[in-house]
Amino acid sequence: MVERLKEHHDAHAGSESQLLGDEMTVTRDWVKRKFFGETIVDVEGLDFFYGKNHALQDVSLRIPRDGVTAIMGPSGCGKSTFLRTLNRMYEVVPGARATGTVEFEGENLLKTDPVILRHKIGMVFQRPNPFPKSIFDNVAYGPRIHGLRNRKRLTEIAEDALRRAALWDEVKDRLKESALSLSGGQQQRLCIARALAVAPKVLLMDEPCSALDPKASDRIEQTARELAEELTVIIVTHNLQQAGRMSDHVAVFLAGGILAEFGPTRQVFDDPECEQVGDYLQGRFG
Amino acid sequence: MSDRMPPQVSTAAEWERRKRSVSQWIAFSLLGVGSLFGFFFLAFILYWIIRQGAPAITWEFLTDVPRNMATAGGIAPMIVGSVYLTLGSLLVAMPFALGSAIWLSEYAWKGWWVRAIRIGVNTLAGVPSIVFGLVGLGLFVYALNFGVSLLSGMCTLAMLTLPILIRASEEALRAVPRSFREGSLALGATRWTMIRTVVLPTALPGILTGSVLGMARAIGETAPIMFTATAFMISQPYPTSLLDKVSTLPYHLYALVQFNPFYTETKHIQYGIVFVLMVVVTLLNLTAIIWRTRVRRKKAW
Repeated sequence: MVERLKEHHDAHAGSESQLLGDEMTVTRDWVKRKFFGETIVDVEGLDFFYGKNHALQDVSLRIPRDGVTAIMGPSGCGKSTFLRTLNRMYEVVPGARATGTVEFEGENLLKTDPVILRHKIGMVFQRPNPFPKSIFDNVAYGPRIHGLRNRKRLTEIAEDALRRAALWDEVKDRLKESALSLSGGQQQRLCIARALAVAPKVLLMDEPCSALDPKASDRIEQTARELAEELTVIIVTHNLQQAGRMSDHVAVFLAGGILAEFGPTRQVFDDPECEQVGDYLQGRFG
Repeated sequence: MSDRMPPQVSTAAEWERRKRSVSQWIAFSLLGVGSLFGFFFLAFILYWIIRQGAPAITWEFLTDVPRNMATAGGIAPMIVGSVYLTLGSLLVAMPFALGSAIWLSEYAWKGWWVRAIRIGVNTLAGVPSIVFGLVGLGLFVYALNFGVSLLSGMCTLAMLTLPILIRASEEALRAVPRSFREGSLALGATRWTMIRTVVLPTALPGILTGSVLGMARAIGETAPIMFTATAFMISQPYPTSLLDKVSTLPYHLYALVQFNPFYTETKHIQYGIVFVLMVVVTLLNLTAIIWRTRVRRKKAW
C-alpha cells in the first residue's frame, strides 16, 4: 500500500504540492493527463450540528477538481448533510449549524453569500423537482433570476444545457409543454439541465437515481460521467456498483458523521484502510 | 355438565350482544334523524325561495331600477352595488391578506408574537359583523371622512373578509412543496425571488379559490355596510364615484321588510332578491369548487 503510494508519488515528482490529493493513485487516464491533483473544495475541520445532534465530526478532505467524487456510507451517516454543506442548502433547516472551514475559490464558503455560492455550486436532488412550468421555463429559470432577459440568449443557453443533460432530442419539439408531463428519468435530467444553465463549476447530486428505475438510472449515471469532463461532480449514492462504476474518488462516511476513508475509487474498493469501510463495501452492513 | 355450560354462557353473551346492538341502533337512528333534519331544512329553504322567488325573476326585474316606492321595477342598482362593494373589498383586502399570509408562512419564525398574530387573525373571523359595521362607521365614515360611501363599505367589508383570505392564502402557500423551494434556492435565488417566481405562481389557484369564497361570504353581509355604504332608495341609482352611496341587495331587502309600509305589495320583490342572492352565492361557491378540483387534478406533485 505505502509502496504503491510512493511509486505513484515518484511518477508525479514534478508536482510541488504535498496535498493528499496529489498522493492518490488515479483510476482514469484523462484525469491523470489533464488535471490531476488540483483541489476545488478544501474541507478542513468541518463540524455540523442539528440542534444538539452532532451530525458531522471534524471532517477534513480535499475534493479534486476533476472527475466524479462519490460520497458513500450507511443511512444516517451524514453524507447528504455533507453535500448540503457545500452549497449551504442545510440552512433551510432551522437549527442547523456548521463550523470549520470549507474553502472554495479562496474563500470560506461557510461565510460567503449563499446566493452567489449557489450560482457556482449547483445541485440535483434526490427526487426530481421540476417546477410546474414549461420545460423551457424550467431550464431558463436560473439565468432569468440572475437577470438575463434576452430571449435569443436564453434559448441558446437552454438548448446547450438540455444537450449536455442528454435530454434535447427528447424534448426539442415540446419545450412549451409542462415539465410535469415528462417521465421521472426525464424530469431528473431536466433538473440537471436546469442546474447546468447557470454554468456552475461544481454539480452536487444527492442520490439522484434513488427514485428512478434502473434504465433511467443508467442514463443519469452516464450523463453525470460525461459532465465530469467539464465540471466537478460530487455525488451521494447508496449504490455500491454505481459508485464503483462512475466515480474517480470516493469518500466513505460511517455512523456518527465520521469520514472513515477517502481516496481513489479503486484503491478504496480494493484495499480499504479502515476495516469497517471494508465491511460496508462488502455489503455486510449499510 | 361441561357440554351444557357453553350454551348458558353463550345465551348470556348473546343477550349482552343484543342489548348492545339495540342501543347502537337507537343511537344511529337518532343521529341519522338529526342529520336528516339538517338536510330537510336546507331543502325546505331552497324550495321556499325558489317557489316564492323564481316567479319574480324577469328581464325587467334584473335590469330596471326600482319604481313606485320600490313596489315595482327591478333591482339592477342593487345587483351592481353589491358587486362593486364585494369586488372592491377584495381589492382592498387582497394586498394585506397576501402580505400577511406570505409573512406568516414564509418568514415568520416560531415565537409567541407569531402565535399572537395567528390567534388575532382567527379571532377576527369570529367578531360579529355588526361590530365591523360600527367600527367602520367610526373609522372610515367619520375619522377618515370618507362619508357613507362605496369606499367606506369596501374598507369595512375588507376587514370582514381579511381573516378568510389570510387563512386561505396561507394554506395555499404552505401547500407548495418544499422541493420546489429548494430547487429554486439551489439555483441561487434569494428568498424573495423564490417566493415571487415559484411559490406564488404555484399557490395562485388556491389563493384565488379562497378569495372567491371570501366574496361569497361578503356579498350577503348586511350589518357591516348598513352604516357605512348603503341606503334605501337613493336618488342616484348607480354610483359614479367611490364616495357615492350604493344600493345593495341585502340592505334593500332589509329595508323592504323592516321599514317599507308596502310590505305585502313588495313580497315578490323580497323573494326575488333572496333568490338572486342565493344564485350568486351558489355560483361563486361552485366556481371555487370547480377551480379547486381542476387544479388538484392537474398538479402531479
